[in-house]
Amino acid sequence: MSAESHAGVPDNALAMRRVAIVPAFNEEKNIVRVLAELRSFDAGLDVVVISDGSTDRTREVAEAHGARVLQLPFNLGIGGAVQTGFRYAWENGYDLALRVDGDGQHDASQLGNVMEPVVAGRADIAIGSRFVATGGYRSSAVRRIGIRLLAWVVTRIARQPLTDTTSGFQVLNRKAIRLYAADLPHDYPEVEGLVMAIRHKMRVCEVPVTMREREHGRSSIGSLASVYYMFKVLLAVFVGLFRKSVVPEDRA
Amino acid sequence: MTPLKITIAATIVSLLLLAGVFELIRSRRLRERYALLWLATGLVLLVLSAWRGGLNTIASWVGVRGYPPAVLFAVGLLFVILVLLHYSTVISRLTDQNATLAQRVALIESELRERRSSTRD
Repeated sequence: MSAESHAGVPDNALAMRRVAIVPAFNEEKNIVRVLAELRSFDAGLDVVVISDGSTDRTREVAEAHGARVLQLPFNLGIGGAVQTGFRYAWENGYDLALRVDGDGQHDASQLGNVMEPVVAGRADIAIGSRFVATGGYRSSAVRRIGIRLLAWVVTRIARQPLTDTTSGFQVLNRKAIRLYAADLPHDYPEVEGLVMAIRHKMRVCEVPVTMREREHGRSSIGSLASVYYMFKVLLAVFVGLFRKSVVPEDRA
Repeated sequence: MTPLKITIAATIVSLLLLAGVFELIRSRRLRERYALLWLATGLVLLVLSAWRGGLNTIASWVGVRGYPPAVLFAVGLLFVILVLLHYSTVISRLTDQNATLAQRVALIESELRERRSSTRD
């Protein structure tokens, strides 16, 4: 392994079994760069691409670039796709799961920072946040207000400041992998999953990151649909607070 | 008092509903598990249709004056809502099971492909 690069990977992470979980829906154009970045960030990292019912060549391209591909027979949406990855990570005994989007908006070279609190044992889930530090990310006014509102609600629930509740740039330890493998809300997995994790006494922390604009294709959420989206998410979060848990709470 | 014609018509319709549900169960096109609510609907409507005195009494309890068959509508509507709600829970469960199956298929298929390619080498 000495010849391989793992620049920026915390030293005590090198002994851990680590896997990148990359959800991708028709991302044949973006996936190559994502995989290359992951490889150059950490050569000892296993990469699993979950092709969420893709109809393009996502699977072939990802396999050709050395990733294991889990091909869902039809589109489950982001939550179902990501959960497939967590199930894989749990069943194959990984200590660390790095969730990175397949559209290229997450910069793998920042993963070292995001994983650090988890590797150091200070957090069960670390979230790359665009808003802890300012700069880098532009979006519409409606969307910014919505993001603020969500952050305010989740901060109240968590009793700790959380700024970027919809970020899918996350690193999880085995305890958190187990939770999300068993139960991850499928509709809005980031926000709802976060609230669920907090209810399960998981330690959550945010790490400042910058994210990129998409290279090819469009985001799954249009600007016009943002208001409706926000309404649905808030409703889901509210219902989630009263939802019966399928995972027995243990604090091992 | 409920007009006799309405009593006769409503009783016949209730009996037809019950007979239809029975036939669907008998021919195995409807599982008993999903038929229970339909059977309950048919039975309640049958009792309220045929038992004229009972319908009048219930109508007066709930403050319906002048036209007791209105209670039949209300009870029928209530049961339709119950059946729909029941189906929503059934669909939700099926959706969850379907997603879990899709995930398992993806996991198993990936493992299978790996084994195949490793035995070929």
